[in-house]
Parts: sequence; C-alpha cells; structure tokens
Amino acid sequence: MSTAENDLVQGIRNEYKYGFSNPDEAKDYFFKSGRGLSHEVVEAISQHKNEPEWMRAFRHKSLDYFYARPLPTWGGNLAEIDFDNIYYYIRPTEKQVDRWEDLPAEILDTWDKLGIPQAEKKYLAGVGAQYESEVVYHKLQADLEAKGVIFLDMDSALRDHEDIVKQYMGTIIPQNDNKFAALNSAVWSGGSFIYVPPGVSIEMPLQAYFRINAENMGQFERTLIIVDEDAYVHYVEGCTAPIYSSDSLHSAVVEIVVKPRGRCRYTTIQNWSNNVYNLVTKRAVAYEDATMEWVDGNLGSKLTMKYPAIWLMGERAHGEVLSIAFAGKGQHQDAGGKVVHVAKNTTSVITSKSISKDGGRGGYRGLLEVAKGASGSKSKVVCDALILDEDSRSDTYPYIDVKENDVDLGHEATVSKIGEEQLFYLMSRGLSEAEASAMIVAGFVEPITKELPLEYAVEMNRLIQLQMEGSVG
Amino acid sequence: MALLEITNLHVALEDGTEIVKGVDLALDTNEKHAIMGPNGSGKSTFAYALMGHPAYEITEGDIVLDGESIVELGADERAQRGLFLAFQYPHAIPGVTVTSFLRSAINAKRKAANGGEENPVAVKEFRTDLLAAMEHLKVPRELAQRYLNDGFSGGEKKRVEILQMAMLKPRIAILDETDSGLDIDALRIVAEGVNALVGADMGALVITHYQRILNYVTPDHVHVFAGGRIVASGGAELAHRLEAEGYEAFIPAGVGGGEGS
Repeated sequence: MSTAENDLVQGIRNEYKYGFSNPDEAKDYFFKSGRGLSHEVVEAISQHKNEPEWMRAFRHKSLDYFYARPLPTWGGNLAEIDFDNIYYYIRPTEKQVDRWEDLPAEILDTWDKLGIPQAEKKYLAGVGAQYESEVVYHKLQADLEAKGVIFLDMDSALRDHEDIVKQYMGTIIPQNDNKFAALNSAVWSGGSFIYVPPGVSIEMPLQAYFRINAENMGQFERTLIIVDEDAYVHYVEGCTAPIYSSDSLHSAVVEIVVKPRGRCRYTTIQNWSNNVYNLVTKRAVAYEDATMEWVDGNLGSKLTMKYPAIWLMGERAHGEVLSIAFAGKGQHQDAGGKVVHVAKNTTSVITSKSISKDGGRGGYRGLLEVAKGASGSKSKVVCDALILDEDSRSDTYPYIDVKENDVDLGHEATVSKIGEEQLFYLMSRGLSEAEASAMIVAGFVEPITKELPLEYAVEMNRLIQLQMEGSVG
Repeated sequence: MALLEITNLHVALEDGTEIVKGVDLALDTNEKHAIMGPNGSGKSTFAYALMGHPAYEITEGDIVLDGESIVELGADERAQRGLFLAFQYPHAIPGVTVTSFLRSAINAKRKAANGGEENPVAVKEFRTDLLAAMEHLKVPRELAQRYLNDGFSGGEKKRVEILQMAMLKPRIAILDETDSGLDIDALRIVAEGVNALVGADMGALVITHYQRILNYVTPDHVHVFAGGRIVASGGAELAHRLEAEGYEAFIPAGVGGGEGS
C-alpha cells in the first residue's frame, strides 16, 4: 500500500477520534475517508462497521467485479465520472438517534428545512434519514414494532438480523449484475431494511430520506424489503443534495421480495441536484398473487440511469411501473422499467411519462419479457413523451422479448409538444404562459401523481412547477 | 365611452396577409351584439385578435378596454382585465379536471386583481359557486371531475365554455360560433346562459354564421361581417333580413369571402 493510500484509509481503521482524514473539509463530520476507491477502502469500511466475515468477502469480491466490468456504453455519458475523486464513505455522527433533537444542530437544520420531522408527525409510520453514508435518525411507530414489523437501517439489520440479510442480500440483484451494482455491493452503507410479517398491513407509508451533503460524495445505500404473505407496505424515498460545481455519485441497490398475496409499493421522488450521477439498480420478485408497484419520479440529477424491474415469479402475480422523468437544462433522464413474466397468468402495466425542457434529454428505456411457459400473461406498455422546446430531446427504447404465444400485449407510444393553441386557450382564461405550461405538464403526469398519497402528489406538482419556472438549480 | 372600443382594426397573419381590414365597433355592458358573416369572412380571426392570439398581428388601429389600449397585452392579461373568448373548438387538457382548471383560472384572475399577490378563492366558496353554476347551466355533475374537454362531445364542450364564462365573470364575452354543432336543447341552454349573464356587469359579442342562435339570444345590435369588414349594422331585424335575403345582398361588389376564417 502506498503512503497516500495508507493515509487515506488510516482514519477508517482507527478509533473515531482520529477519524478526520481532512479536517478542513470534514470539520463537522465524525469520520470521513479520503478520496478514491481500493480494496483498502473496502476493507476499512467493513472493519469500521465491524462486519461478519462473509460480508467482508462479499465486498471484496464485488470490488473485483466492479474493476473487471467495463463502463456501460449505452444510456448516458458515464465517461466523465472521476471515480478517484469521490469520497466513498462519510460517517457524519457517532451514533444513530431516534429523537430529532439529539442530532447535531446543523444536521437537524437540514432535515427541518426538508420538512422531514414535520412530515413524520403528520402522515408517516416510520422514518429513516440518511446523511452521507449513514442513517443518522431512525424510528418506527411502536404499534408496528409490536406487530413484528422490522424497519431498520441496513447496517443495524446486518447486526440484529444477520440471518435474514444473509439469506436475501444479493439474491435478487447479484453482486455482478452490472458495474454499478458491483460498486454498491463493495462499498454499500446505510439504506433500509424492512420486514413485514404475514398478514400485517401498514396503512401509512414508511419513508427514507437520502441526503448528500458533501462535495464529491458517493452515496451507496442498500435496501432490502421483504413483504411476507398477505402483508402490505408502502415505502417512499426522497433524495436531495446541495449544488456543487463538481460531481457526486449516488448508486443504490434495492432488492424486494413480495411473497404470495403480499403487496409492496415503492415510491421514489428523486430530486438530486444537477451535479449528481444517479445510477441505481432496483429489482423486485413477486410470487403467487402478489403485487409489486414501482412509482418512480425522477426530477433531479445530472444523469439518471434507472429501470426498476419486476420478476413475476408466481401465478397471477401483478407488476406495475409508473415512471415520470423530467429532464431540464443539463439533465439526462434515462429512465424506464422492466417486467419479466416468468409464471402463468401474470399481468403487468408500465406507464412512462417523460418531459424534456431547456435542452434536457428525457426518455424511456424498457424491457418487457415473457418467458416460455408464462401463458395467459397480459401486459400493457404506455410511454408518452412531452417535449417543451426545440432544444430538448426524448428517446424511447421499448425492448420486447416474447417467448410464449398465448399472451396479450399492448404497446402505445406518443410524443407531443405543447401546442401554441393549447397555451392560448389556457392563457385566454387568465393563466400566465408559465402557469399554462405547468398546468399542461401537471396534466400530462397526472396518471402517475394521482397514484401518490396527497402529500407526495402536492410535492411532485410543486417540484414540476419549480422545474417549469427554471428555478431548480 | 363604451367599455370596449375597437377602432379601425386591421389584423394580418404572420405571412402578412391581411384578414381584418378596418373594423370599428363599440360594445358596452348590458349589450348583446351579434356579428354575422359567411365562412371565410374573417370573423374568427377578429375574435382571436381581440383575445390576443400570438399568430394574429394587429397592424393598425386600436382595442381599448375600459379606457386603456390592450393591443400590447398578452391573452392572459386581457383575460385578467375582463375579456373572455368562448372557443369554437375548445382544446383538450388531458389530466386536468374541469374543477381544478376553473379553480386555477379563478385564482389567476384573483392574483392579478390583487396586485400580483396570491389570493386564492376559499375552497367552500368555490365549490358552492361551481355547483350552483353547473346546476343553472344543466352541466352534468360528473363533468366537473373529467379532464377538460378530453373526450367531450361537441355539446359538452360548449356547455363547459359557458360554464367557464359564468365562473370567470368577464366584463366582455366573445362567443365564437358557440352555436355550431349544438342540438336545439344544448343551443337553448347555451343561449339562456348568455342571456342570464348579460347585464350590468357583462356585455356579449356573439359571432355566428347562422341566424339560429339569435332566436334565443335577441341581439341589441347586429353587424354583418364580410371581407374583413363590417358592411352593415342594425337592430335585431337585420338578422331576419339576412336569413331571408342571404349574405350576397349585403356584400358590396368586389368584397369576396376572403381568406382565412
């Protein structure tokens, strides 16, 4: 190990009081690694977290996969990501709290500004709040805990429920699934672990909030959700970051298992700042009569490549992907969804709405696959693009692979522009041009926002309005 | 001075083709004016230009509303000052319910009236007004929750135009061939709506190709529009003469139907 690398990982291995590798930059953090990625960094993260041997090995193996795989050449431009300039692990506080007031003032201030404590009081059953690499606040309503619901950050879950984590982690998304899943598997930290016992239906959403705060941060949360038979959960994640002139990287892995007759809805309102690469792998398996729903709202980031997937493994399982992508100035949203029909009589719907404005590039990239034997399956794919000006662009890549004859598939795609006549009609009722455009866009995405709980629908519409006014950085 | 004063109005398309060639018209609250003319006479262009459609350029003349010229204003500002256009072909706004659209439009007007500060209408007050107006105009309840004009029948679209007029309470309403495509029942309801709203607070300009709607909306003034000009004006009896004698009798030699519509 070189001297530089030695310095780089020194802090991670030491006790916390030596934690700061760069006191000037990380003055308020409990611990911060140096820049760059290596087996030493992976080793240090694992040791710092005091992980079992199998996890340590899993991380190292994953890093080898990451190194071995080339960067994807499809999707967006990934060549500009400077992997050596990223901080792979930052621990902002010494320990996780379950009372907001126990957080350091400046971190609490961030959450207050994001409205998370207020939202928790009003309409959430549980909240996890991740700041940089660690979940700094976590809480679940007591009655749900009593029913056997487990809602923890992933690191705590590995400590407290190692058997379940070991059983499932990396089984839905293998560590070598793709380059960024391999990276996440190597350096993951934080994320949510949820287990919903048979028959338990959680009425209010559980929410996780992901915040990148430091410049050149890499955030690699890992989420695992297991919905047991006849159970239900709605999990919502939100994400933001400050605006910096250089790039950050967010690369999560989310694995979900929905057991027979269970239902899981996973809603994302992604609003990263425009210097964040958002490269996320999300996949769920749904067994007999189970339902999996991805509601995926992508408003922020520099480049998003994310295609939430559902494997319909049991008969009559149902999958839905609702995707909104809004690409403003300097943004590329390569969003979409994948559904694989493995079992008979399975059904799916993919609805994608992409909007591009001010030179932004939006799009839909999707896969619909029907395996041999999945007879009686039905699927409908609808992808609509709205292009707001001449400089903007939208792409549609709807891959369909059907190996079974007895299926019912529908595919519709539209591309539209906001017409002068439509705008004039609304303006003749007193709406300004911006208000009229925002109304047309809100209407365009309404099939998706109407699926959201009211608070999130309001939030989504507010974010769209901000995008329309061009005031989101 | 009348509330709306139009003097020597000339309107051209982007390519320079002149469609409206010098129109003078004064319209006040408590007045119903009808503009009748053959297809292609420039009636709809005149209506669009009054409302501020960006594709129609006012090359000469003036439109003065309440003592102020509005030719430099956008459609939104004209609407905020009390102008309203009921469209011949209202546009669909998928995903936006009639209710939500109306609330936004009312709030936009209230905001403008409040010096640019938001001043949203109370939800209860809005709901009460909307239900009353729908009841009055016999607009089916379920229409309120449907997306604006999306999949509406011709009659539904026109009724909702009149509903918008009732809710937005303009001072001058222009109705562009609102009668086209309506059956007699719908026509009667639309006409009753216009009749009920014209009064101390509103005047109306009804643009039509046919005499039919004028059986229900008795105009105070009738103007015959041909070749981009008003070629004759008179009282309600003029409409009946037109019906009996046809437009040809009123069109001076050399003034054809003209381009556009």
